Amino acid sequence: MKTIKLYQIAHARSGDKGPNSNAGVVFYTKEGYELGKKLLTVERVKSHLASIVKGEIIRYDLPNLWALNFILGDSLGGGGSESLQNDAQGKTHGQAMLLMEFEVPDDFPADDVGI
Amino acid sequence: MKNLVRIGNGQGFWGDSIDAPVRLVEDGPLDYLTLDYLAEVTMSIMQRQKEKNPKAGYARDFVELIDRILPTLIKKNIKVIANAGGVNAPAAAEALKEVARKHGVHDLKIGIVEGDDILNRIDVLVTAGAIFENMENGEPFAQIRDRIKSANVYIGAFPIAEALNQGAQIVLAGRVTDPALALGPMIHEFGWTENEYDKLALGTLAGHITECGAQCTGGNYSRWWEVPDYAGIGYPVIEIQPDGKFVITKHAGTGGIVNRMGVSEQILYEMGDPKHYISPDVVVDFTSLNLRDEGQNRVGVDFVKGAEATPFYKVSMSYFAGYKASGQLTVSGPKAYEKAQKVAEIIWERLKRAGYSFEDTRTEYLGISSCHGDIRPVPEQINEVVLRLSVRDGDYKKVDRFGKEIAPVITSGPPGITGFAGGRPKAQEIIAYWPALIDKNLIKTSVTVVE
Repeated sequence: MKTIKLYQIAHARSGDKGPNSNAGVVFYTKEGYELGKKLLTVERVKSHLASIVKGEIIRYDLPNLWALNFILGDSLGGGGSESLQNDAQGKTHGQAMLLMEFEVPDDFPADDVGI
Repeated sequence: MKNLVRIGNGQGFWGDSIDAPVRLVEDGPLDYLTLDYLAEVTMSIMQRQKEKNPKAGYARDFVELIDRILPTLIKKNIKVIANAGGVNAPAAAEALKEVARKHGVHDLKIGIVEGDDILNRIDVLVTAGAIFENMENGEPFAQIRDRIKSANVYIGAFPIAEALNQGAQIVLAGRVTDPALALGPMIHEFGWTENEYDKLALGTLAGHITECGAQCTGGNYSRWWEVPDYAGIGYPVIEIQPDGKFVITKHAGTGGIVNRMGVSEQILYEMGDPKHYISPDVVVDFTSLNLRDEGQNRVGVDFVKGAEATPFYKVSMSYFAGYKASGQLTVSGPKAYEKAQKVAEIIWERLKRAGYSFEDTRTEYLGISSCHGDIRPVPEQINEVVLRLSVRDGDYKKVDRFGKEIAPVITSGPPGITGFAGGRPKAQEIIAYWPALIDKNLIKTSVTVVE
C-alpha cells in the first residue's frame, strides 16, 4: 500500500451557497471515481474538514462527470457579508478537500505532480 | 433561422475585468454579449443611490462600457443583454440614449425588462398571500420585515427573449438569473417554447457554465500550471444550434484553456442538488449530461434532461444586520507566530478592560491557518504571519471602538510588528441576505422597447 493525496487522483472547485459552501470533486479517471465513492464518505470528509465545517455534510454523486458534490453546512461563519472569515465565500474549501490522504494499492495510478 | 448563434459572456460578477467585454466584441465573431453586474449586496447599494438621486440606481460601469464598444456593436450587429438596469433600468436607458447621441446613433433600440423589484410592493404581496419565510432555515419574515433594504425576484429568460423579439439591440434587466442572460437570446433566435424542457435545459446549462466569465476558460482551474497566457485569458463563447446542442469555446489567439476538466469544475460551482437545478424557466438534471472534447479549446454538450419549472420564483431580499470591522497587522522575526498570538491576546484583553464585548469576534493567522484551520500542521519556521482580528455587533460605537485598538500595540507590544498602513479599520454596515420563494402568479414582468 502507498499513501496518496486526493489531488493526485482528482481536482476540485468550491464556492458559497448561502451560509454553506459546496465543493465539487472531479476524478481524473473512472477508476479514481469508483475508489473516491468508497473513500470520500461523509464521515471521512467531516473529520478532515472538522475545523472548517460546523454543520451537516451532504454528498451528491455525478457518475457522468466522475464527480462528487459536497454541501458543507455552516462553513462560512454566516453567509456573505455577515461572515468575519478571511474566506467568507468558501473559495478555498476545494483546495482543502484535495489535501485528504488515502491508502491505496501500490499499483493504483496516481499523478505525481504536486499542487 | 440561423443555424449557429454565438453568445459571449464578458462580465462574470460585479467588479470583473472592464476590458474583457471589449476583447470579446473585437477579437472574434459574436452575435450576443451578456454581462452580469449584480452581486447580492449590489441591489441594496443601488436602492440607496436611487433614494438619493432618482436618476441613479443602475450599473454605471455598463454605460461606460457601451460608450467604448457602441461603434463595434453597430458595425458587427452584436446585441447586448445585461442586468445592469439594477433597480432603475429606465434611468440606465436614458443614460444609454445619451451615449448613443454622442456617437451619432439615433435609432438604437433599448429593451427594458422590469417587474423584479418588489421592494415597494411587499405589503400588497403579503396581503395577496406571500409568506416570504427564509427558504434556507424556515425563519419567519417578521424577523426582518422592518429592516429590508432591497427585495428582488429572480426572473427568467422569456422576458429577455420578448425584448429581443421587439427589436432591442441592448436589453437592460434588473435581477434575472445569470443563465437567463444567455438563454434569452436562444429562445429569441430559435423560437423555443416554455415546454421544450430539454432545449431550455441545454441553454440553461450553457449559461450556467459561462456565467462566471473566465472560470470556464482556465480561471480558478486546479491544474493552473498548465494554463497558457493567463494574462490574456479569453472569456467564454457559447456556440449553440437550433436543437440546443452547444460548444463552449473562446476566441482564437486568446489565453486560457477550455477543456473537460475546467468545464466539469465550473458545472459543479455553487451547485446544490445536481439532479434538480432549479431555474425559473426549467429544472435541469446535471447528472444526465456528457461532456465531449471537440479539439483544442472546445467542449461540447449534446443532451441534458430538463423538466417543467416550479410554480415559484426565488426572491432575494437584503436587510440591515449590524456592523463589522477587520484589522490586520504583520508580525515578523523570531517566534513570529507566538508573537502574533500574544498580540491578539493583548488587543482582546485591552478591549475587555475598557468594558467592551461583541456579538462575535474572530482571530485569524493569515499564512498559517485562516483558510484551512488545522488541516495541515503549523510549519516549524515561520518568517512572518499576518494577524487578522474581526468583530461584529449591532452597536456601531462598539465596532468603531475596536478599530481604535489595533495600532497602539505596534508601540506597546512585542517587536517586529508592521503593516498598518491602511489606517484604522472602519465599521462597515452588514447587509445580510434573505432568500425566499413567491408564487409566480403574484409577479408581473413587463417589457418595453424605447428608441
